[in-house]
Amino acid sequence: MTSNLPILPVALPMVAGIVLIFLRDRPRFSRGFALAANLVVLGVAVTLVQRVRTDGVQVLNFGEWPAPFGIVFAVDMLGALMVLVTMVVSTATLLFACFSLDEARERMFFYALFEFLLMGCNGSFLTGDLFNMFVWFEVLLISSYGLMALGSEPYQLQETFKYLVINAMSSSLFLVGVALIYSLTGTLNMADISLKLAEVSDHGTLAAVAVIFLMVFAIKGALFPVYQWLPRSYFAPPTVVSALFGGLLTKVGVYALYRVTSLFFAAHVPFLLPLLAFVAGATMLLGVLGALSQWDMKRILSYHIISQIGYMIMGLAIFTPLALAGGIFYIIHHILVKTSLFLVAGSVEASRGTTHLRRLGGVIDQAPTLSGLFFVAGLALAGTPPLSGFIAKFMLIRGGMEGGYNLTVLIAVLTGFLTLFSMMKIFRYGFWQTADDSTYEPGGATPRVVAIAVLVGSGVILGIGASFFVPYAQLAAQQLLHPQAYVQAVLGSH
Amino acid sequence: MDVPILFTVAVTLTCGMYLVLERTLLRVIIGLGLLSNGINLLLLSTGGLEPGSPPILTTPPASLPPVDPLPQALILTAIVIGFGVTALLLTLAYRTFESLGSDDLGDLHGRMNDE
Repeated sequence: MTSNLPILPVALPMVAGIVLIFLRDRPRFSRGFALAANLVVLGVAVTLVQRVRTDGVQVLNFGEWPAPFGIVFAVDMLGALMVLVTMVVSTATLLFACFSLDEARERMFFYALFEFLLMGCNGSFLTGDLFNMFVWFEVLLISSYGLMALGSEPYQLQETFKYLVINAMSSSLFLVGVALIYSLTGTLNMADISLKLAEVSDHGTLAAVAVIFLMVFAIKGALFPVYQWLPRSYFAPPTVVSALFGGLLTKVGVYALYRVTSLFFAAHVPFLLPLLAFVAGATMLLGVLGALSQWDMKRILSYHIISQIGYMIMGLAIFTPLALAGGIFYIIHHILVKTSLFLVAGSVEASRGTTHLRRLGGVIDQAPTLSGLFFVAGLALAGTPPLSGFIAKFMLIRGGMEGGYNLTVLIAVLTGFLTLFSMMKIFRYGFWQTADDSTYEPGGATPRVVAIAVLVGSGVILGIGASFFVPYAQLAAQQLLHPQAYVQAVLGSH
Repeated sequence: MDVPILFTVAVTLTCGMYLVLERTLLRVIIGLGLLSNGINLLLLSTGGLEPGSPPILTTPPASLPPVDPLPQALILTAIVIGFGVTALLLTLAYRTFESLGSDDLGDLHGRMNDE
């Protein structure tokens, strides 16, 4: 069944981005325009989720070329949910950017790059074609290079260069994977590949392809052992950009890993899931240990991104309905909560000029609402009931015990405890302790707090209303576990 | 035809990888260019490098089997993307060199709140 809905989350940001290039000299108008565009796409995303829920997988064949020949967009529950949560966090981040970014950066096409980044993210979530996914990755990466270097401070430039080289390497590897899979199956349509792989007899090459894809998305998603680029790169740009990257970009890699593992490799490459379980455990533990050693709020939060990506991969590695649903729920929870934590750090930085814990303190007296929001978000991140992190971790850990992954579960629990410790460290030193010589400039603080409150509020609702939201994650998990419905929707009934 | 092409791919990728591991910014960029070219060749070889006729249906059918046109389309896209990324990298490397006064990757660390 064909409808033009799936292209809108890509097309609208593209048009908005192009218009915003020409609005360069009118920053006030650009803000309003970008926000309005984002709200429209948010509405589209809600419709898309509901449509997928009632009518099943949505497919759009471009140019009416029948499925395996043309490029398709195929939206299942996971893709639709990712687009929705992308639009929620990007709207809040945009609101925050309007009240925290200096005008020089705004004039250097911040809003245009922002919309192009969204276009790339949404494209990767929606596409049903492997090469097309590579192209969307490049779209979002090139926008992210621009955003990361925006402002051209020496520190930003050097970190952007490293980030660019690492990502260019992983994109090259992505192309190798695409080439090998094309030589095995003769198709690039993901649903078609999923069917044709059953007939492939060359299991050696298939295993190599699986490892290449694991490596590609491990680099993009910052998994063990290739996560070292993340804390440094995410420290460089303005905090609002780090917030968007920290919430969103690595999760595109995680999403792609979910997609290719469930469609291509889970059934044919027996060693992949245990390998993923090992990688998940190592990522969780080393990420959180890295966080413990840091004394800067932004760096601590960056290391926590790594450890929490481990949880998401844990859900994928266990590959049971409960654990997968837990992993998907975790992704959504993480995007909301992590972005809000970064935005708190940005707000503190804007008022105090630093995020270093040894130079902070007393924020709770100066900005009680902000501190309260950080407290709630920190608890949600650590997984305290009744917040969203608890639900996600509960599903993952229960799924892990049922699946017999006891060691991974043990690491997950330990990591949760250390995360709580680390959040308390930030709260204790950054917010609670008395400051001796602090200057506080609250300029533009209220709209920023509103942006953060929207995200923290969504996180809280996600936790308390879990009985409403978990079925969506379960539906997404079912579709991943049984890709037949996806394949059939794309290729028709033959 | 496969073996010589794959040999070329291997040599190009090796040289590219070697250059990426160098410490000079410009060599890293040239290395990335070589890598992406090598991978484009790999993409070309996936279509099968047998002699064949153009992929156009004719009556009567052509005597040779048609060539797979898709890898060439993929390479075209990959070249365009690679071109854009290389241009961006060169600009970035130049700005980095301007602001840091060094083109040695060993100097690209530290600063800003590093403990």
